[in-house]
Amino acid sequence: MENNNVITPPDSIGTRVEQPVKYTAKDFSSGLEVRWCPGCGDYSILAQVQRTAPEINVPKENMVWVSGIGCSSRFPYYMDTFGFHGIHGRAAAIASGVKIANPKLSVWVATGDGDLLSIGGNHFIHACRRNMDLKIMLFNNRIYGLTKGQYSPTSEKGKKTKSSPHGSIDFPFKPVSVALASGATFVARSMDRDPKHLQAMMARAAEHKGTAMIEIYQNCNIFNDGAFLHLTEKELKDENVVYLEHGKPLLYGHNKNKGIRLNGLTPELVDLSKGEFSVSDLWVHDEHDINPARAFILSQFIEMEHFPTPLGIFSQIQKSTYDADVEEQIAEVQKTKGIGNLKKLLYSGNTWKIE
Amino acid sequence: MAKDVEIQILDDVTVRFAGDSGDGMQLTGAQFTNTTALAGNDLSTLPDYPAEIRAPAGTLYGVSGFQLHFSSSDIQTPGDSPDVLIAMNPAALKVNLKDLKPDATIIVNTSAFDSKNLRLAEYAVNPLDDDTLNGYNVIQVPLTDLTMKSLEELRLSNKEKERCKNFFALGLMFWLYNREVDATIEWIESKFKKDAVLVQANKNALYAGYYYGENTEIFSTRYHVEPAKLPAGTYRNIQGNEATALGLLTASLRAGIPLFLGSYPITPASEILHELSRHKDFGVKIFQAEDEIGAICAAIGASFAGSLGLTTTSGPGLSLKTEAIGLALMTELPLVIVDVQRGGPSTGLPTKTEQADLLQAMYARNGESPVVVLSANSPADCFFMAIEACRIAIKFMVPVILLTDGYIANGSEPLRLPEIDELPEIPVNFRTDPEGFYPYTRDENLARPWAIPGTKGLEHRIGGLEKKNIQGGISYDTDNHELMIHLRQEKVNKVAFDIPDLAVDGDSEGDLLVLGWGSTYGAIREAITHLRKKGYKVSQAHFQYLNPMPKNTGEVLSKFKNILVPELNLGQCATLLRNQFLIPVIQFNKVQGLPFKVIELENKIIEILGVPNGK
Repeated sequence: MENNNVITPPDSIGTRVEQPVKYTAKDFSSGLEVRWCPGCGDYSILAQVQRTAPEINVPKENMVWVSGIGCSSRFPYYMDTFGFHGIHGRAAAIASGVKIANPKLSVWVATGDGDLLSIGGNHFIHACRRNMDLKIMLFNNRIYGLTKGQYSPTSEKGKKTKSSPHGSIDFPFKPVSVALASGATFVARSMDRDPKHLQAMMARAAEHKGTAMIEIYQNCNIFNDGAFLHLTEKELKDENVVYLEHGKPLLYGHNKNKGIRLNGLTPELVDLSKGEFSVSDLWVHDEHDINPARAFILSQFIEMEHFPTPLGIFSQIQKSTYDADVEEQIAEVQKTKGIGNLKKLLYSGNTWKIE
Repeated sequence: MAKDVEIQILDDVTVRFAGDSGDGMQLTGAQFTNTTALAGNDLSTLPDYPAEIRAPAGTLYGVSGFQLHFSSSDIQTPGDSPDVLIAMNPAALKVNLKDLKPDATIIVNTSAFDSKNLRLAEYAVNPLDDDTLNGYNVIQVPLTDLTMKSLEELRLSNKEKERCKNFFALGLMFWLYNREVDATIEWIESKFKKDAVLVQANKNALYAGYYYGENTEIFSTRYHVEPAKLPAGTYRNIQGNEATALGLLTASLRAGIPLFLGSYPITPASEILHELSRHKDFGVKIFQAEDEIGAICAAIGASFAGSLGLTTTSGPGLSLKTEAIGLALMTELPLVIVDVQRGGPSTGLPTKTEQADLLQAMYARNGESPVVVLSANSPADCFFMAIEACRIAIKFMVPVILLTDGYIANGSEPLRLPEIDELPEIPVNFRTDPEGFYPYTRDENLARPWAIPGTKGLEHRIGGLEKKNIQGGISYDTDNHELMIHLRQEKVNKVAFDIPDLAVDGDSEGDLLVLGWGSTYGAIREAITHLRKKGYKVSQAHFQYLNPMPKNTGEVLSKFKNILVPELNLGQCATLLRNQFLIPVIQFNKVQGLPFKVIELENKIIEILGVPNGK
C-alpha cells in the first residue's frame, strides 16, 4: 500500500492518441447553426479551418479553440473541438493557461482586430514575447462589427464611422509589425477570399512550434464592405498583391513585370519591362531570416504609396517555447532536488515538538 | 568572570526592534522569533515597514519595525504595547515611543544619537538628555561603536562592519532573555557561506552583544519565559503568506492535480508567488503574467485544462480581476483567488492592513454573480483555509475568494503541523465517459462535470455567454436565463451544508456576542479572555465562511441581546448581517491601516456591558 505520508505530485494530464486519426472537414463542424451575417468573410475562414484541420494530424479532442469577444470570437462554437469563449481581449491569456497546463494540446486563438490589438493588446504582445505555442488567427476587418461599426485600432486614419463622423484621428496599428516587434516566431498574412492560400498558411502555422500569428484580411460586408476589394478583385489583385515565397524574388503585376528591390534599407518599386532592372536585381524573400529587419520593412508596405500588399509568411524562426521551457525547468529541478515530498516540505526548517 | 544576575520569570513579553529600513530589523526580529519558537514559547509577530524600499537613513518615515509577543501561555496577537524597545536611532525612538508601556525598557543605540540623526528625527534636544524618557527604564548602549570595536581585526570596510550592529543587538537580547545563540549561528553560517569574513563578522557581533550583557554592570536582571503549554505535536513558526502558499500546494497534492498559479507581483501578496515558485520539484506551474487580468485568465485556462487554477493578489488586483471572476463563475470552473487585503481604496496604504475588500469580494461583479468567500483568522489558519478554498472550488466547480490581509500575511505564529491523513480529502473526478455527456448536467451539489481537453468524445464549448441548461449551447431564452441564475446561486447556497456550523465560545446566549471575521480573531479572543477574568460574561463567534455564512448563523445571533461586530473597515460585515438577518448589530470600526489593539476592544465591550455582568 502506498505510504500516505509521501504525497508526490501528479503526472501531467491529457493524452494524445498515438495512431493517426482520419478526419474529414465535417468532423470538425459542431453542427451549431452559424450566425454570422450573410456574406461575412468569417464563413470562408471557418470553411478553410475545417478543411485544413484534418490535415494537421491532431486528434480533435486535443485541439482547443479559445476566443475573446467580437464577431470572430464566436468561432469556437462552430468547431467540434474543445472550445472556450472568453471575455473581451483575454483570449491569448486564457489560451496561455491552457497551453502551459497541458502542452500536449494544440491551442488556437480566434480573434479580431479590436479584441487582439485594442483591449487585448497587452496579452498579445506578451504571448509573442514569451513565444507561447499558440496559433493566433486574427480576423482583421478594420472595424468593430459586433458593436455596430466604430473604428478599430487597424482602421485607416480619417475613416468615417459612427464614432468618428468627422474621420478618425488615430494612426492604425500594423498587426504584422506589432507581432514581429513583440517576438512572434511565425508571422503571416492571408485573406478570407483566397481559400487555398489561407489553408496553406494555417497548415504552416500548425506545424510551427511557438507563437504563430496569421493576419487574415476579412471583409465585413455590413460595416466596412470592400475594405480589401483592391486585394481580392481579379482585375486589381495582381497589381496590388505580392505573394511572399521563401527563396523567390518579390515579383508581382499582371504580367509579372513589377518587382521590389532593396536599396540598403529602402525598398524600391522597379519596372522590369524597361530593361533597367532584371529579376536578379530583386529582393529575394527569406522567411527564416533571423534578423527581423527585412520582415519589418515588408510589414510597412501597407502604408507605403504604390506598394503592393504582401501576403504569405513574413517570418518563421525557431526559438524555445515558453510551455516547453516550463516543463524542462520542472524536470531539471526534479532531477537535482528529487521529486517533492509534502511531509518533508511541511516539516522543513526549524521545528519543535511539544509532548 | 560573570557577575551575579537575578533571573526573573515572566509570563509574557512584547519586544519591538526598530531602526532604519536598511538596518536589518526584519531580519533581527525573524532570528529572535525563530529562537523564541525553538524555546517553546507561544508567539505572534508583526512586522511594520515603510512602503519605500530604502527610505533615506535616519528619517522618521524610514523607520522599520518588527514586533514579537512571546509567552508561556496561549497568545493570539503580537501585543498591544511593547515592554521592550530596541531603538537603533533617534527616529526609531521617536516613532515608537508613543506605543510603549509606561514603564517599558528602552535599549538605545547611543552611537546613532548624533546631531545629524537628531535633526532628521526632528528632535531639538537630545531626548536622552531631557525628561522625554522619564519613567522608562532606559539602557544606553553605544551599539554601533561596540560592534565596530568587536570587528577591528577583520578586513572589512567600515560600512560593512557597521551593518553588523543588528547582530550585536540580537546577541544582547539573547542574553537578556536567556536564549541559545545556536540557531542564529547556524543561520549565519549558511547565509554567508560564500564569504568567510562575513560569517566571522556577524558571529563576532552576535557574541559581542551577548557578552556585553554578561559582563557589564548595566544589566542586573535576566528574564526567562517558560515554554508554553500548547497541544502536543510538531510545530514550526510560519508567516501567513507562507502558510497560504503551503496550503495551496497541499491542496493540489491532496487533489492529485497539478497546481497552476497565475499571478502578478503586488504588495502584500507577492510572497505567496515567491514561496510557490520555489517548489518546482512538486511540478507546480507558475505564470508571472503581464498583468492582473492575464494572471487570472491564464488560471481560468489552466483550470479548464484540468489544473488547480489559482491567482493571488491584493485589493487593486482584485478590482482588475472582476470581469474574469464573472467568467469563471459563468463557466463553472474551479478557481481560487487569494486577496491579501491592504489599505485602500486605490493604491491606498500598500504595506498596511485593512479588511475593506469584503464587499468587493462579495459583490463587485456585473450581474447576479455569487462566489464563495472565505477568510483566515491568523497566520497559521491561512494554511487550513487555503486548503478549504481549494476543496470547495473543486467540489462545487465554483470560484472561491480567500481573504487574508497584510497583518496576518506578514505576521507569524506557531503552526501545529498536521499529519497528512488529518488533512481533508479532495476528490477530483474528471468526466471521461462520453455517454450522456452534456456540459451543464449537475451532481447532487449542483456541480457540473469537469471535462478536460484531451478526453476523447467530450469535445464541448463553454464561455461567458449564457448557456442552455444541461446541453450547454448558447441560449438567449429568458426563462432559461433565470433558471441558470437560480442554479448558480443555489449551488453557492449549498456550500453552507458542507462547512462547519458557526461555533460560539462561551455561553450560547447572553448579553453580548462579539462576532468578527478574519484577522481580528486574535485581538477579540485576547480581549474576551481578559474581560472574563475581570468578571464579564461575553461570548465570541468568528466567521471563516462569509459567503455562504454557516447555516446556523441566524440562530446563533438570535440568542444574544447585543451583537458587536468589530471590523477594520466602516462596517462591511455588519452590512451583510443586517441585510441577511434583519437584526441590529453594533459596529466597531477602525480604518488606520493597523490591527485592533486588545485594549481598544476591551474598552468597547465594557462600554456596552457597563459593570461586570458575570456571576
